[in-house]
Amino acid sequence: MIENKIEEIKDDLEIFDDDLQKYEYIIDLGKSLEPLEEEHKKDENLVQGCTSKVWLVCEKEDDKLIFKADSNAAIVKGLVKILLTIYSGLTPNEILQMDKQVLHELKLEEIITPNRQSGVQGMIKRINEYAKAFA
Amino acid sequence: MYKEDFPFFKNTNTVYLDNAATTQKPSIVIDKIVEYYTHFCANTHRSNFGDANRATKEFENTRNILKDFINAKDSKQIIFTKGITESLNLIAATFAKKFKTVIISSLEHHSNVTPWHMQGRTLHDGLEVVNIKDNLEFDYEHFEELLKANPNSLVSVTHVSNAFGTRHDIKKIAQLTHKYDSYIMVDAAQSVAHFKVDVQDLDVDFYGMSGHKTYGPTGVGALYVKEELLKELPVYQTGGATINDVNFERSIMLDSPYKYEAGTQNIAGVIGFSQALNYLNNIGIEKVFEIEDELYKYLHNELEKIPGIILYNNVSNAIGSKSFNIESINCEDVGILLDKMHIAVRAGHHCAQPIMKKLNIDGTIRASVAFYNTKDDIDKFIEGLKKAIMMLKD
Repeated sequence: MIENKIEEIKDDLEIFDDDLQKYEYIIDLGKSLEPLEEEHKKDENLVQGCTSKVWLVCEKEDDKLIFKADSNAAIVKGLVKILLTIYSGLTPNEILQMDKQVLHELKLEEIITPNRQSGVQGMIKRINEYAKAFA
Repeated sequence: MYKEDFPFFKNTNTVYLDNAATTQKPSIVIDKIVEYYTHFCANTHRSNFGDANRATKEFENTRNILKDFINAKDSKQIIFTKGITESLNLIAATFAKKFKTVIISSLEHHSNVTPWHMQGRTLHDGLEVVNIKDNLEFDYEHFEELLKANPNSLVSVTHVSNAFGTRHDIKKIAQLTHKYDSYIMVDAAQSVAHFKVDVQDLDVDFYGMSGHKTYGPTGVGALYVKEELLKELPVYQTGGATINDVNFERSIMLDSPYKYEAGTQNIAGVIGFSQALNYLNNIGIEKVFEIEDELYKYLHNELEKIPGIILYNNVSNAIGSKSFNIESINCEDVGILLDKMHIAVRAGHHCAQPIMKKLNIDGTIRASVAFYNTKDDIDKFIEGLKKAIMMLKD
C-alpha cells in the first residue's frame, strides 16, 4: 500500500525529461495542497532544517495520523504534498516501520538542493516524532 | 567581447550573474597559478635558491601592483590576508580592542557583524549600528549622532553593500569619523573591482579587499593600513616568516607587512592575483565602471517593467548588485528555477540577515553584474525570470 503510493509518485516524476518540468510538476502538486489554517502557522509548528518556512501539524483520527502542512515556498509546498500523500493516514507503527530514505527512493536528491533536502529530512523527522508520541 | 578572456564561458552556457559572490577568472590568472606550480614552486622569503627568489619576487610584485591599484603610499601598507573576512577579524581582534565602541551600519554582512560579537560587543554594549533610510542609504545624521555620543570609536562599514549594491559615500563617512577622533575600517569586497578607489583621497584608516571578487583566486585578500597606524596595529598571529629573531626569552618581530603574514601564505593565489589586477589595469577601471553602469541601468529598467516587482533601492545610489523580490513569491523558488534554466543568481539572505530582518523579508533575488556580462545575458535573465514567475504564481 505505502510502497504503491511511493511507486506512483516515482512514476509520475519519471515521466519528465528535464528538471524544469519536474519542478513544474512539483509546483503544481503544491498548488493542490489544502491550505493550513492560519491558527496553525505559529513558531511551535515550524519544522527545523528548512530554509523556507514549513508548518506541520498532526491529529489522530481513530488509529491513524492525519498530517496537515503548509509552506511559504511553492516548491517546498509540492514536496510537502508528496510527503503528506505518503505519510498521512498511516498508523504510528506503520510510519515508524517505514524506510526513512524516501528522498532517495523518489530520486529527488538529484534535483533538490542540499538545503532543501535537509528540509525534507526535517519534515520526515518531525513526522516520526509525532508517530513516536502517538504510538 | 571580454568573455573570451575567461575560460569559464567557453565551457558553459550559464548566464552568470552572481558576480557579487565571486567573479570568474581570466585565463592569465589561471595560467599564472599553473606557471607557479609547474615552473617555480618554492616558498617565499626563506630560501635563497633561484625558484624561491623568483617566487618571492613575484609575490612582492603583487603587493606593489595592489599598492598602485588603490593608491597607497607604500607597499608595506598592504598586508595579505585570506580575504575581507580575515581582514575584519584581524582588526576586531587587535586594533579595535582599545576602543570602547565600534560603529557599524545596518547594511553590513555577517563578516562585519559576527567578529564584533565574538569580541563580546553586542548592540548598545560596545556595538552601535547606524540606521539606514527607506531607500537603503546610509543615515549620515544618525551616524553623526552616534559619533557625538561615542567619540574615539572605531567605525567599520562597507563601501558597497553585498546584499543590495548600495554605495556609501566613504569619503564623507571618513571625514565625520575623524572629526570625532575615531578611526575607520572599510569593507571593500564589493567596490575595488567596480570603480576607482584611492585610499589616500578617501582618507580611510583600514581598507580590506577580497581577491576572488576582483577576478583573482579564492583565499586571497588584502588589508590596507594607513602608514602612521602601522606601528599601532598589533600582531594578529605569529609564526614562521613574522620573526626577526627568536630565543626562548623573547621574539623580535619583523616590520610590516611581514609581521602580519604568519606561516606560508597562499603564494599561488597572491601571484595569480597580480594578473587579475594587471588585467583590470589593462582594460582600465574607468572603462569597467562605464560598462557595468550601463548594464546595471539596463537591468534596473528591465526589472521595473515586471509586474509585482519589489525593488529596494534606486539606481542612482547602487552599483553591481540588484536585489529584489516578486510579490507573493518565495525568492529561493525563483533562484532554483533560474538555475534549471542555466541562469546563475543568488537567492536568499546573502549573509546579511540583520538587514533582511529589518526589512521583514526572508531574502531577495540578487543579480550582480560584471563588465564581461552583456545585455543579452540580462535579456536571458529577464526572460527566465518571467518564466519562473509564470510557473510559481497561483
